[in-house]
Amino acid sequence: MSIMTPTAPTAEVILAPTPGQILRRRIFGHRGIVIGGGIFFVIVLMALFAPLIAPYDPYHQDLIARMAPPVWQDRGTWEHILGTDQVGRDYLSRLIYGARISLLIGIMAALISGIIGTVMGVAAGYFGGKVDLVVTFLITCRLSLPVILVSLAVVAIVGGSLEMVILVLGLLLWDRYAVVMRSSTQQIRSLDYVAAAQAAGCSTWYILAREILPNVMNQLIVVATLEFAHAVLLEAALSFLGLGVQPPLPSWGLMISEGRNYILFDPWLIAIPGSALFLLLLAVNLLGDGVRDVTVPENRA
Amino acid sequence: MLVYTAKRLLLAILVSLTVSALVFSLLYLSGDPATALAGERANEADIQAIKAAYGFDQPVYVQYFKWLGGAVQGEFGQSVYFRMPVIDLIVERLPVTMMLGVSAMIFALVLAIPLGVLAAMYQNSLIDRAALLLAVVGQAMPSFWFALMLIVVFAYWVPILPASGSDSWEHFVLPTIVLGYYATPAFMRLTRTGLLDVLSSDYVRTARAKGLSPAMVLFKHALRNAIIPVVSLAAVQFGFMLTGSIIIETVFALHGAGFLAWESISRSDFPTVQAVLLLFSWFYIILTFLADLLNAWLNPRIRVA
Repeated sequence: MSIMTPTAPTAEVILAPTPGQILRRRIFGHRGIVIGGGIFFVIVLMALFAPLIAPYDPYHQDLIARMAPPVWQDRGTWEHILGTDQVGRDYLSRLIYGARISLLIGIMAALISGIIGTVMGVAAGYFGGKVDLVVTFLITCRLSLPVILVSLAVVAIVGGSLEMVILVLGLLLWDRYAVVMRSSTQQIRSLDYVAAAQAAGCSTWYILAREILPNVMNQLIVVATLEFAHAVLLEAALSFLGLGVQPPLPSWGLMISEGRNYILFDPWLIAIPGSALFLLLLAVNLLGDGVRDVTVPENRA
Repeated sequence: MLVYTAKRLLLAILVSLTVSALVFSLLYLSGDPATALAGERANEADIQAIKAAYGFDQPVYVQYFKWLGGAVQGEFGQSVYFRMPVIDLIVERLPVTMMLGVSAMIFALVLAIPLGVLAAMYQNSLIDRAALLLAVVGQAMPSFWFALMLIVVFAYWVPILPASGSDSWEHFVLPTIVLGYYATPAFMRLTRTGLLDVLSSDYVRTARAKGLSPAMVLFKHALRNAIIPVVSLAAVQFGFMLTGSIIIETVFALHGAGFLAWESISRSDFPTVQAVLLLFSWFYIILTFLADLLNAWLNPRIRVA
């Protein structure tokens, strides 16, 4: 570096990075976000463009070509890169279409439970008193019901389908939203700008929508990623147990369940969809942890 | 402490009642439980007979109070499939689930606490990163898939452990690993953050300044306080593990209460499903109640709030 004569600082020197730039730097400097986001992005692309990428129709059965091994095994061919299943359906195509089911269920369940949990949590945190008592009681009741057992029983009684799984999970997974939103709202409610808005005569709706909600958004996003992963995992488990998404839909959990009878000689039938599931969950968890690190640094664990 | 205990107890009882009503009403989701129990091939006479036998012809609230009254005394009616009292079935199966739960809990704590302590003591070191990796992988691993992969490796490729059944201790090894690993990340993270907080506190600095040995500081001063939240998490996690045992027991055909629940669900054996669901819920309520009391006893500030 050369010696600089003290001159008037140029504009370049004074300009500190804008908040947006800081945020961008933090995001791209966070290894978890980059890796998790990368994997997640690929899976989303897979789901969106499934009809373009998938080499075959995921429902087309070809009994002559059944149980073809994946390409890296001895008898594997490039015709079916990941092989075929027990009724001769192309495994890669089913895997690609399976991403749609997992993402759809994750997003919808996280959305439904997010709406229920956020309304309950924000109401409890903002109004306090009796509302808080009732909401806390409901949360306690919900927590003492085992999710897997309840959803298995409900699906068994009303019948398994994609819509039913979404609905059941959406109605069950709101507890964490409510807990987190309640405590975040309680913290914000006592801040000066909320009191100022109240003094200025703003309506309760205005305060909730414009003062409270934007400030609990970060925590909301973190919980949403957790519940997205939770819903994806539960759907796979339900489908695996035969009480979730029904065949012939290409759900990853269902693929593991169908491959289970061939576990001894063809373990790739369960290894492949399981790895896909693992990668999706890993990506979402990394993303969630990353968002928390970047936006809510004080909650770092 | 007495007031706090009474308040908590009242809450636990209210929650138990609400949960029992929810569990009971689950049966009515299908519309008419008698038709559902009778199955698809039943005729009208069968359905009437079932209605009379199970008391479905009485008003719903009478049915509920009868059922609840029985449940409190451990009387859950007859299993539709096994043709024996539900309570006998559960008493027969519960030890397997408890055994699995306790061994998985021990596995998780033995793995998580030392790792959490090491990760906190050597922050950002290789061991901290390895522990983090173990936690991240554990959180993303679907337990039923992990169970199947372990079966492939340890029951088929290197056949040293049985793949299914519940006859000997060897049958519990793989299920314990799967269920225990599932609970490990939460314990490890909590131990690590708790210990990091405590290690930067004033009294630890004082203890160090007095010239106490690092081991003394760790075991006599730091760990004791850092472990408190882990104790209450353990109670809650044990409840979650019982639920997780439904999947694990099904994969390994381990004849416990979780497997019984799954069998009964797929056979539409509603009295058994309701009984298992209610007992698991009540068990969780009791565990969290005890954890609350323990917390209040260890940390007096909670009692006043």
